[in-house]
Parts: sequence; structure tokens; C-alpha cells
Amino acid sequence: MSPRPGFVLEVDRSTPSTLFWHGEGYRLEKLPVGSRVLYAPEPVDALPDPMGSIRRALDEPLGDAAPLRSQLRAGMQLTIAFDDISLPLPPMRGPDIRQLVIEQVLELAAEAGVDDVVLIAALALHRRMTDAELRHALGNRIFDAFAPHGLLWQHDAEDPEQLVHLGLTDQGEDVEINKRAATSDLLVYVNINLVAMDGGHKSVATGLASYKSLRHHHNAHTMTQSKSFMDQHRSELHSSNWRMGRLIAASGVKVFQIETNLNTDTFPEQFRFLQRREWEWTARDRAAFLASSKALQATPDRVARSIFHSIRAPHKMSAVQAGEVEAVHARTTENVYAQQLLEVEGQSDILTMGLPYICPYNVNSIMNPILVACLGLGYFFNMYRGQPLVRAGGVVIMSHPTPWAFHPGHHPSYIDFFEQVLAETTDPAEIGKYEESFATDPWYIHLYRTGNAYHGVHPFYMWYWCAHALEHVGAVIIVGGDRAAVRRLGFKPATTMADALEMASDTVGRDPTITHLHSPPLLMSDVR
Amino acid sequence: MSPGQRLVNRARRMRPEGFPWAAPTWPVHIERDAPRRHLGADYDTEWTRRYPARLVRAVLLDNVTRPLAHIVASPEVRGDEVLALVEAPAIYVANHASHIDTGLLLSVLPAAVRHKTVVAAAADHFFDRRWKAHAWSLVLAAIPIERHKVNRKSVEDTAALLRQGWNLIIFPEGGRTHDGWFQAMRGGPGYLATRTGRPVVPVHIDGTYRIWPRGGRRLRRSPTRITFGSPIVAADGEDARTLEARIDAVLGVLADESRSDWWTARRHAGAGTTPSPRGPAASAWRRAWALGPDPHADDDSDEKRWAISRD
Repeated sequence: MSPRPGFVLEVDRSTPSTLFWHGEGYRLEKLPVGSRVLYAPEPVDALPDPMGSIRRALDEPLGDAAPLRSQLRAGMQLTIAFDDISLPLPPMRGPDIRQLVIEQVLELAAEAGVDDVVLIAALALHRRMTDAELRHALGNRIFDAFAPHGLLWQHDAEDPEQLVHLGLTDQGEDVEINKRAATSDLLVYVNINLVAMDGGHKSVATGLASYKSLRHHHNAHTMTQSKSFMDQHRSELHSSNWRMGRLIAASGVKVFQIETNLNTDTFPEQFRFLQRREWEWTARDRAAFLASSKALQATPDRVARSIFHSIRAPHKMSAVQAGEVEAVHARTTENVYAQQLLEVEGQSDILTMGLPYICPYNVNSIMNPILVACLGLGYFFNMYRGQPLVRAGGVVIMSHPTPWAFHPGHHPSYIDFFEQVLAETTDPAEIGKYEESFATDPWYIHLYRTGNAYHGVHPFYMWYWCAHALEHVGAVIIVGGDRAAVRRLGFKPATTMADALEMASDTVGRDPTITHLHSPPLLMSDVR
Repeated sequence: MSPGQRLVNRARRMRPEGFPWAAPTWPVHIERDAPRRHLGADYDTEWTRRYPARLVRAVLLDNVTRPLAHIVASPEVRGDEVLALVEAPAIYVANHASHIDTGLLLSVLPAAVRHKTVVAAAADHFFDRRWKAHAWSLVLAAIPIERHKVNRKSVEDTAALLRQGWNLIIFPEGGRTHDGWFQAMRGGPGYLATRTGRPVVPVHIDGTYRIWPRGGRRLRRSPTRITFGSPIVAADGEDARTLEARIDAVLGVLADESRSDWWTARRHAGAGTTPSPRGPAASAWRRAWALGPDPHADDDSDEKRWAISRD
């Protein structure tokens, strides 16, 4: 049976309570009659023969690229870059898709007698992956063959020796990327695509770039001009990356792009109720919900966090395409839209959303308040095409515990950003004046390069990510969050959803229209 | 109120109500897909006719059901000598007054018959939950029959079982009596008999309504009388309706026989004065009145019954 498309439910008196993620837990909320709930399309089917599909993609590339086999030769320098820990979410069950693809690329390289091969995790300014994370992403065979010989690298955006400046775009944007990748005879980029923003020129132009390059599009101005950054035709982030990507190609860097689509089958069988429509919950779903939610209530946060972060998603590859970057990405985007797009009629006064325990920047880590804001206002808010789900001046209500807690190893600069910068101002345009000091702080750079810390500037990017939403909406309310942390973010705390709706009426009146973004699975609304 | 009852009430009060503790309600304007049916008439009972299940059933029937039936219902069997004339497999057609009818009837059938008999049971009642479907099909060899609509599949499946040598017990009223009188007979036995050529054995069960009537909360011991009629075989070219009319008439005579004797019932039948087993077309109390006193009860209990009725 083919997966059901998404749909918009209008809440009536018979509609059961609606599930909201709430960090390492979930809540059932009764939404007012007349509210809309957006349910995502069901996960598309997996490819029946993933290995065969990868082989075919490498042999029959898109665009003007030649088959990968014909581009490999003895004596050449080959670099294989791959997406880092931020994808997919949650991390997928082994074998990871990167492993499947890279193994086949390496098979071809071995057949062609290529000796000089280096693998690079395209971190950009993200934290370095641990050995265990690399092993999970690449599999034992690849890790054991490359890591001990120093051939498995993690991109270092702060090592001048590892970077090369390729020039300026016609908009004056610096393009500085990883030298090994740029100077190789062939750069193969292995991408995982979950949302429309991933992939394309962004893979190399962002994933292998330096701060000098990234700052041109990771800023408040670009983000407020990206409406949304999931919509390529209206995204300044996309445009900037495309300008850079084309410059990279024009500089002679030969990129063979391999992009994969994953289906949105996000949670394993025990948590399948998360992805089901509430009125279709079986007795087993209800039992699983009750058992897990009651158990989680009695579980210390730390333990609950480790339980959730140990979840491995049953994502399956639904498509794979390879070849020239833009041709490949066009196909990938089509696939993403086909899976995630949901037509929605008009905006509403209030947008509600439940935020889960995970976002791209806290895998095996803590979802600190800045990441809560980024996930809600950066990612979920921007999951639209056309216009935002909430009207200008409307209210966003998010559900998350928003603990005043940070992972000191992963997010050291976040702590200072939260304590110092957000205490001063929450205006994305204003915080820019502090950016340089964080970006060039030697301690943060040291932690980024040698530990597992996000770059010093990263919390700024997270806040810039929220810029479009902050500019668009009239108020943001967080239900069930740490009150002090929520206030520090510049948002309003509410104890219950009913309280939040009452508070929202100050901004949008007594009879607002409400839309709830139900996830998982991921959905992208096409708002008419 | 007893302490136990208080505890039960307290537990009921403490139990959270509504979703997710209870099943979710369905939004009004969402169309509901027909549920995937593995229950009801689609329940597959094939496993219950394999030897392991038959062995379990035989042990239960002979060691639990039969002794219980004799303790609770003290069946007096009439006309069972005709069973020797029945060429198996046959269709046993009986009136239906109580849930215990099936167990009681099985327990008075000869061993060779009862161990190779399936029971037509209401698909919507006995097969609406997985546990019920498993339990009834194992213990009684129940097979699901749609009683509210014609379901070609369940009829064909039943005919196939007859052809495979399985006897069938069927209650053509489609449910238990509401007031002790017969209900209108629905189609089924006549169609099966004409289609398969198997004989129909009419059976009248008297007394089970007193033991456990519809809506009854507990069993009440009471004697019963099971009266077997001569097997009826469809004549050449006889249609199902005509055959069913014959079966219906014979059941009426058996009901008369159960309350009198074979010869009296024969004479009534010959004179066309067999009392209607469906009772008078009158108000509920008059129908109850017309049932008369319990013919098997002693005088004391009879007095008690009338005393209660007068209150």
C-alpha cells in the first residue's frame, strides 16, 4: 500500500488530544475546536535494492558528469567528503547510508588503483565527531582502513594550512575551503538529505568552508532574506551558497556529488505512536505512550536524555543520485518535496509546535535553550514554502522544558553567549557586534580544533537562524520551560497550553486561528 | 456496601478516563477506513480443526463441559435413538434460549458426533475480539456466521466443512430468545441442506432459558429437556424456503412434545392444533404469562415465582 499523503485536520469535539513533543518526553494537549493540525505524509517506501541503486547512480550520473568509474585512475588524488554528525536525525541504524555509499566509491577506487585517498568529515564549524560516531557513520571496514593511517580527517576551519582561498564571488563573498578537497583531482561528496536546505553547493561551500567564508551567509541579514531557507527560490542562504559553489567549480575543483534521500521513518517500533495520527492509536500505541511517558516522568533528566539519544532511527534510503552538483540537487529536492510537502490554505494567528529532544547540533548532547530557540524558530518555523504558517505579528507557541543546561564540552561558547550576549540583547541584528570576539577567541578555537566543541561563533549562527521568525512574529511563548531560561531568550514562559493560548490572546485577540505543526515525521508546508 | 465493593468503586474512581487510557475518539469529518478484518466473519478457524486443537477440545468437552452441563442442567434426552439413523455429517438445528445451549447440546450428542462438530456462532458477538475468537473456536469449534446480512463467504465455508465431514450445529433464530418464546427463523439451514444434501436433525432445547436467560447475571440450576426429531432430508428439487418451513414446523411439534409427550404432539400436529412456539402476538406481560409455570419446577419455587411477579 502506498504511503498516505499528509493532510490538514480541523479539530472538532471528537478529535482526541494532540501529541506534542516536549524535550525528552511528550504531552497530550487538547487544542481548541477549529484549530488545524498538520499531519505529515507517511514515510515513502525504501529502495528495494539500495546497493544496486547506488551502483547505478555512480555508473549513470546526472548532468554533464562522467560515470565515477571513468573518472578514477591510478596516481590520482581522491578526496571523499561526507556529512557530519548533524545528519540524519536521529542517527540512523547501522549500516549508515554514508557507509553504504563510500564503500562502493572505494570499491571503484580500488579497482582503478587509486592509492591517494583521504576521507574528510565536512564539519564546517560543528564539533569534531568522536571515534565512535565516525565508526558508526562509516562502518568498521572504512574506519579501520583509514583512521589508523591518518587518512580519515575532520575538516578544520581554523587551520590555515588546511585551507585555500579560491577567490571572491561577484557579491564579494570570500570562498575559502578545505585545501585537500580543493586541490584533489576529484572530490566526491557524500550527502544525506533530510530537508530541502541540505545538499547541493551547500555541501562543499559550507561543509568544507572556513569562518571567513561562512560569515557571508551565516548572518542576520541573509537569514531575514531567506523566506524560507527551505525554499531555494526565496532563500538568500541558498543563493549565496550557489554563488560560492559555482566559483568553486569555476576554480577547477572537480566535484562528484552523491546525494541520498532518506524516508521520514524516524522512530523505531516502540515509539511508533509518535508518528501516528492520534485517533488511529491502537491499544498498543496507547500502552506504549502511557508506559514511556510515566516512566520518563520518574526518570532523571540525564538518564532520559541518554535513553533518547541511544535511539537509532529506522530511516531507509528512498533515493540516491550522483553526478553534477546542480543536476543532482534538483532531483534530490524533488524527492524531498514529494515526501514532505503539504498544501495548507492560508496562515493562522498562532502556530504551535512540540519540540523534541534533538536538533542537528545536539546529537549525544544537551538541548540547551539556544538550540531550543533554533529548532523551533529556525528549523520548524522555516519548514514552509510560499509564506509562513503564522501571519506577520502572530504568535508561536513551543513546548519544551528548555532547561538552563549546557554541555560544557560541546557548547562552551553557548554558555557565554547565553550569559553575556543574550543578557544584553536578543536582537539578531544587534548581537553581530559581539560575533568577532567569540569567533576569534583562542580558547574556543582551541576547543573546536582539539576537543569536541562547536566553534565559538556557532551560538550566533543559531540565533541568526531565528532571525526571520523573530522579525516575523509578535510573540514567542514556551510551554513548560524553565522560566528564567525562557525569559533570557526573550520569550514568555507558560505553564500549560491553555495558559499560553490565553497569553497569546493579548497579541492576536480573543478568537485566534491556530495551526499545530505535528511532528514527526518531518513536513514542509506549502502555504497558499 | 461491602468492603470489596467499596474497593472496586474506589478503583473505578481512581482510573483516569478518556484518551489515552481509553481508545481515541474519531474526528467527525475524517472518513474511517474499513478496519482490516481478521476477526468477525473473516476469522480463520482452520487451526481449530487440526488434531492438537481437537484433542484439547475433546478433553475439555468430555471432562469439563459435559459434567458441568449435567450438574447445572440435568438434561433429560428424548428421541436420541433417532441419532443412530442419521448419516453423518448432519446439520443439527435447534432453538436458542441461552448461551449454555451449545455446550448442553454437544454434551448430549454421541461422542463420535460431538468430537466432529462445528458450531455456527454469531460473528459479531463471538468473534469481535481476538481472545473471544480464539477461545470459542477452540472450546466449541465455533465458526463465524454473519447473522445480520448475507455473507456468501461464511455460507460457502460452512458448506465446505459439511462436505469435509464435519457436523454442524446451527441456531437459525440468529440469537437467543428475549422472552422464552421462539423467534422467527432466518435462512441458513435450509440453504445448506439443499446445497450439500446433508440431513437436518431438528432439536428442541427446553429449560435453558431458566438457567441463564439473555441478560442473566448468573447461572441457576434447573432441569432441561432435549428432544431430537427425525432427520429431515431435502426432497429432490425442494427449495431452501420450503425445507426451512418444514424444519420450522417440526421444531414447533418438538416444542409441543417437550411439554407433553410424543403421541400428544403427533395428534396435535395431525389435527393442525400444535401450539405456536412463538407465543401469542400480545404485549410482553401476556407473552410471559402465556409461558405458564415452570413445568419442571417444584411447587415451592413456582409459588415464589408468582409471588415475585405480583410485586
